[in-house]
Amino acid sequence: MAGKVVTISSGKGGVGKTTATANLGISLASLGRKVVVIDADIGLRNLDVIMGLENRIVYDLVDIVEGRSKLRQSMIKHKKFENLYLIPAAQTRDKMSVSPADMVKLTDELRDAHDFILIDSPAGIERGFRNALEPADEVLIVTNPEVSAVRDADRITGLIEAAEKGPGRLILNRLKPDLVKKGEMLSSDDVIDILGLSIIGIIPEDELVLSASNSGVPVTLNTDSKAGMAFNNVARRLTGEDVPFMNLDDEPGFFRRLARLIEAW
Amino acid sequence: MTSLLNRLFGRAKKGSGATAKNRLHFVLQHDRINLPPQRMEEMKREILAVIVKYLVVDEDRVEIALEQRDRAHSKLVAEIPFAKEKQIQMELRTEATAGESPGAKSNGAGTAPIAAEEEDRSEKTSGDSKDGATVAEVDDATAPGADAEAKDKDKK
Ligand SMILES: Nc1ncnc2c1ncn2[C@@H]1O[C@H](COP(=O)(O)OP(=O)(O)O)[C@@H](O)[C@H]1O
Ligand SMILES: [Mg+2]
Repeated sequence: MAGKVVTISSGKGGVGKTTATANLGISLASLGRKVVVIDADIGLRNLDVIMGLENRIVYDLVDIVEGRSKLRQSMIKHKKFENLYLIPAAQTRDKMSVSPADMVKLTDELRDAHDFILIDSPAGIERGFRNALEPADEVLIVTNPEVSAVRDADRITGLIEAAEKGPGRLILNRLKPDLVKKGEMLSSDDVIDILGLSIIGIIPEDELVLSASNSGVPVTLNTDSKAGMAFNNVARRLTGEDVPFMNLDDEPGFFRRLARLIEAW
Repeated sequence: MTSLLNRLFGRAKKGSGATAKNRLHFVLQHDRINLPPQRMEEMKREILAVIVKYLVVDEDRVEIALEQRDRAHSKLVAEIPFAKEKQIQMELRTEATAGESPGAKSNGAGTAPIAAEEEDRSEKTSGDSKDGATVAEVDDATAPGADAEAKDKDKK
C-alpha cells in the first residue's frame, strides 16, 4: 500500500505548524507507522530542533533535490523511533531552489516504503507553500482562535481547493477553554462554523509545549500534557480511527473561583 | 457587581469572542469575493444610480447586501422597494399622528408595530438576511394598523 502525503499548512506563521508536524510524526511512529517528516521551510529550518535532531544533520532537502546526496543517506533517523525519519530543510538556500515538481518526485520515492509522509509547510502563500502543497494527498490547516489566524486559514483553504487538494481538515491550536467560557475567545464551534471545514484536532494552550521545544522532546511524548494527548488523538484520526474529542474543560469549582477572586483582589 | 457574580458563578457573558466572530464574518465575506468593503459601497451606489434612471424607488430603503452561506455560495441580494409604498405609508402616518392613535401614547403598544412590521418583512424575504436595519427603519410607525393596511393596498 502506498504511503500518504499529508501537508501541514496555515498561511499565518507562528500558529503551530512545526509543533504539529513534529508531534504527529512522533505519534504516528509510536502507533507503529513508518513515517518521514519533511521540513519544507527552506531558509528557516526548525523541525530538526523541535524534534531534537539538530546535531545529526549532514545533508538537507536541497542537497537531495540537486543530486548531491542520495535520498536514503539524507534521511535522519529519530533517536527513539527507528520507523521515524526527518528530511531537514536547507538553512542557507532560498525557496526557489526547490520546485513543486521536485517535491512530487521526492515524495513519490518515499511512498512505497512509508505509511505517512508529513510536510511542514512554511508560512505564506508563495513558492514554499506551493512546494508543500503540490505532492499532498491531504492538507491539514493549522489555525489559532484569533481573527488574523482564522482569516489566513480561510485564504489558504481557498487556495487548497483551487489546487484541487481540498477540502483540508482543521487543527485548532492554542485554544484556552477558560477564555472561551468567559466569551473572550472564539470557540471551536465558531471557527468551524466560520471556515466551514471539518476538524481533526483541538489542541489546548499548554505550557509544556514550550518545555518540549526547549528540550527537543515533542510534547506528545509527555503523558501529562493535554496538548500532547490531543496531538496523539489527531494522529489516530489520521490513521482512520474514530476518536472522540477530549473534554478540555477543567472548569474550576466554586471554591477555586472564590479563591482566585480573593487572590486577584 | 454583576461581573463579580459572573466570575464567581462562572456564567458566560458576551465578550470579545463575539466581536471577533462578527469581524471575521465581515472580513471573510469580502475576502472570499475579492471585493473590499469600500469598493462594494461604490458598486451599490452605481447600481442604484442605474435603477433610478428607470424607476422611482424608495432610496432610503434600498438594501443591497452580500449573503454568504459558505465559501462556495455567495450571492448579492437586493431589495429595491418602489417609492409608491413609501408615499402610502407616509400618508397613513400623518393621519395617525393627527388623530392621536392610542399607539402613539402608551409605551406598551409602542413596540407592537415594530414587531408586526418585522414579521411582515421576514415573510417576504423568507426569513433570512434581515438584521437591525429593518427595525431601525420602522421605529416611527405609530399606528399598529398602518403598516398592515399599507401592505394590503400594495397587494391589490
Ligand atoms: N498548544 C500550544 N501551547 C502553547 N504553545 C504553543 C502551542 N503550539 C505552539 N506553541 C508555540 O507557538 C510557537 C510557534 O509554533 P510553531 O510550531 O513554530 O509555529 P509555525 O511552525 O506555524 O510557525 C512556538 O513557540 C510554540 O512553542
Ligand atoms: Mg514552522
